Amino acid sequence: MSATVNLGMPAVRPQHASPSSTLRGTRGFPDAAREELTDEVLRGNLRHATTTIQAKRAGVVREVRDWQKLRNAGSALKWQVTDHLPELLEQLEESVTAAGGTVHWARDAEEAGEIVTSLAIERGAREILKVKSMATQEIALNETLEHAGIRAIETDLAELIVQLAGDTPSHILVPAIHRNRAQIREIFLASMPDLDPSITDDPAELAGAARRYLREKFLDSPGSVAVSGANFAVADTGTLVVVESEGNGRMCLTLPRTLISVVGIEKVVPSFQDLEVFLQLLPRSSTGERMNPYTTLFTGVREGDGPQEFHLVLLDNGRSAVLEDPDGRSALHCIRCSACLNVCPVYARAGGHAYGSTYPGPIGAILSPQMTGVQDAEDPSATLPYASSLCGACYDVCPVKIDIPAILVHLRAKDVDRRRGTRGEFHGAWDVSMKGASRLMSSPRAYDIAVRSAGTLAKVMPGKNIGTLPHALPIVPGWTDHRDLPKPGPSFRSWWDQHEKQRAAGSASGAGAAPATGGDEQQEDQA
Amino acid sequence: MRISLMTTCLVDVMAPDVAASTVRLLERLGHEVVFDRRQTCCGQMHTNTGYYTEAAPVVRQFVDTFEPALDEVDAIVMPSGSCAGCVRDQHALVARHEGDSELEERAGRVAAKTYELSELLVDVLKVTDVGAYFPHTVTYHPTCHSMRVLKVGPRPLKLLRAVEGIEVVNLPESDTCCGFGGTFSVKNDATSDAMVTDKAANVVRTGADFVVAGDASCLMNIGGKLHRTGAAPRPVHLAQILASTREEPFVPSETILGRAS
Repeated sequence: MSATVNLGMPAVRPQHASPSSTLRGTRGFPDAAREELTDEVLRGNLRHATTTIQAKRAGVVREVRDWQKLRNAGSALKWQVTDHLPELLEQLEESVTAAGGTVHWARDAEEAGEIVTSLAIERGAREILKVKSMATQEIALNETLEHAGIRAIETDLAELIVQLAGDTPSHILVPAIHRNRAQIREIFLASMPDLDPSITDDPAELAGAARRYLREKFLDSPGSVAVSGANFAVADTGTLVVVESEGNGRMCLTLPRTLISVVGIEKVVPSFQDLEVFLQLLPRSSTGERMNPYTTLFTGVREGDGPQEFHLVLLDNGRSAVLEDPDGRSALHCIRCSACLNVCPVYARAGGHAYGSTYPGPIGAILSPQMTGVQDAEDPSATLPYASSLCGACYDVCPVKIDIPAILVHLRAKDVDRRRGTRGEFHGAWDVSMKGASRLMSSPRAYDIAVRSAGTLAKVMPGKNIGTLPHALPIVPGWTDHRDLPKPGPSFRSWWDQHEKQRAAGSASGAGAAPATGGDEQQEDQA
Repeated sequence: MRISLMTTCLVDVMAPDVAASTVRLLERLGHEVVFDRRQTCCGQMHTNTGYYTEAAPVVRQFVDTFEPALDEVDAIVMPSGSCAGCVRDQHALVARHEGDSELEERAGRVAAKTYELSELLVDVLKVTDVGAYFPHTVTYHPTCHSMRVLKVGPRPLKLLRAVEGIEVVNLPESDTCCGFGGTFSVKNDATSDAMVTDKAANVVRTGADFVVAGDASCLMNIGGKLHRTGAAPRPVHLAQILASTREEPFVPSETILGRAS
C-alpha cells in the first residue's frame, strides 16, 4: 500500500534583491557617515530642511483629533496586506486586466528592467518621461534604459536637480534635500543651455526655469512612453494611485500614449475604501500638508482619455524575502512618507548618502538589509541596523506604526546570531567583550569583586576624569576621542555597606549622611 | 514602603552618588530601602547590541535576584529610564529568544513591580514635593527611553518644579536624542559625537548651571562632552537634585557625575 503525502503547493523560493539594485552601499555606515559629517554645508542644508518639514508635520498632525486611531487603522490594513499578500496580488492582476491593462511579474531588478526596456523599444521610444518613483530608483531603471539607448527624463523638480547634477537622491520625499538653492542655480546653469545667466537663486525663478525645460518635453512627445511608480494599488478595482505636489506626475500619467507603472508588491491595498485612511495619513506625514495638491487615480485604459496602453510591472526584488521574517516583515508596511527621516537625529546629521541605499534613514536601516540580505561580516548592509541610537522618534511619527527600533534590535540579533553560527566569525573585539561581560554579569560574586576593585584600579590614573586614550585600546577610544569619562571611584555598594552599618547602629538621624569615602576603602581592602 | 533598589551597573560603578542619592531621598520620605548585593545588570547593553544569547544569563541573574523577594518588597526602583524600559519591554524578548517560557513568566512578574524613579515617586508614592532644596538654574533633558519607552511624560518636571529655590529653564530641541544610544556611542562614534555636540551646545545656550536627566548614561555622554569642551554647565541626575536639602545641599565634584567626596 502506498501512502499519499501532501507536499503542499509548489512555492517560489523567496530571494533577496538582485545585486544590481541600489540597495547596498559600497562601505559601511560608520565610515560613510564619518566622511559626510565633515561637510558643513550639507549639515546646514539638512538641518534647515528637516527641521522645517518636521515642524510642519507636527502642526498638521496636531489638528487631527483621531490621528492615533488613523494610525491604528493604517497599521491594521497593512498587516492585513502582509497576511494576505499572494491572494491580494492575484486579485489585483485580475482587476487590472479586466480594466484593459497588462500585468507583468518581475522577480528582481533585472527582470523589471528588461520588461520596461522591451516595452519602450517596441514602441520606438528614444526618450521616456518619468514620474518620481522609489521603485525605479531601487532597480536603477534609468541606467538600464540608458544602456539600451533610451533617455529617461525625471520630471519631478527635485529628481530633475539630482539627475542634472549626476547625483543620487538622499531623501525619499525630497531627493535633493542635501542641496541649497545656490547650488541648484549652479546645476541649472550648467545643464540648461538656453537658461538666462541672470537668473537668481529665488525659488520661484528656479521653479520657472525647470517648468519651461520640462513643458517642452511633455508637449514634444506624442506617441510617447511614461514610467511611473505608485503609492497604492487597489486590489478590488485595479486602480493605481500617485500622490504628488507638482503636477508633473499628472502630466506624465495623462499625456503619453503608453504608461508603464513599476510597483512594489507591498503597495497593494485591499479595497478602494482603504484609501480614505492612507490619503489622510500620507500627506500630513510626508509634506506636512493637509492634502497634497495632486492625487491621480487611474484604472486601466479608456478610449480617447489618457494613455491608450497601460502596463503594470509588479516588482518583488527582495520583498518576498522580507516577508519571510515575522519579526521584520512590517518594514514592508512603509508608505514612503519619510517622516522618520525628518525626525531622525542620525539622518539629520549623517545625511541620506551615508546609508548607501535608495532607502535611507530609519526605514532604510531596516528595509535595505532585509531586502539585500547580509552575506558576511564585511557586508555594508550589516552595518545599517546599528546606525541608530534607538531613540524611538521614528516609531512615534510613523503613520502606519512600524516599530522601527524593535526591528533594528531584531536585525542586530539576527546579525550576531549569524556570526555566532559561522565558523571563525564570532571572535571580534565586540564579540569577545560581550561574552566576557555576560560571564561577569551573571556571576554575582565575581561581579561584586570587580565592581569594588574598579575604584582601586582607577587610582593609578591621574585626575578625576579620563581624557583621550590611545587608539591601541579596543572600543574605548570611540568614547574618549570625543568626550571625557568619569573615573570610577568607590562603588555604590561600598557606600551601602557603610550605610547599612550606620543604620544598624541605630543612628536614625544621621543615616542619610554617610560620606562617600571612608568606609569604601576598608571594603575594597576586604574585597 | 519597602523598596528594593536596583542601582544599574553603570551607576554602581561610574555614578555611585546617583544611587546613594536615591537611598537618601527615599529614606527621607520615610521608606525603607533594601539593596541586594547579588544584583549586576539588567542586560540592556547586550540586548540592544543584538547579543540576546549573552543577555540571557544576565537577565536570568536579574530575575533570580529580584523575583524570590518580590513578596517582601512593595516596589523595585531603578534610577534609569532606559534600564527600567529594558526590564519592562525586553526581558520577555530575550527569554523568548532562548525558548525559556518560565523565565519569561518570572521576568514579567518582576517587571510589573519595577519603576523608574519619577514613576515610583509620582505614581506609587504619590508625591511631587519631596522637600528638596536646590538653589540653581537647571535645564531638563528628557531621555529618549524615559520619554518614548516608559512614557514618564511630565513626571520629572513636576518633581523638579516643586523643588525649593530651583529655576527650570527650557532646553531647545529637548526631545532630540543626545547621541548616547549605548554601544552606538562607540560603534558610530562620529555620528554620536555630532549629536552630543549639538545637545551640549543647546545646554550651554540655556545658561543653566546644570543639565538634569533621569539617566546617568545620557548624562555621562552630555557631561563628558561639556567637560571635554570646558563648558560651564554640569550634569546632575534627578535623584541628586531631589536628595539635596537645605541641611545637606548637593555639592558638585570634579568628577563628571558625582558628589564632592
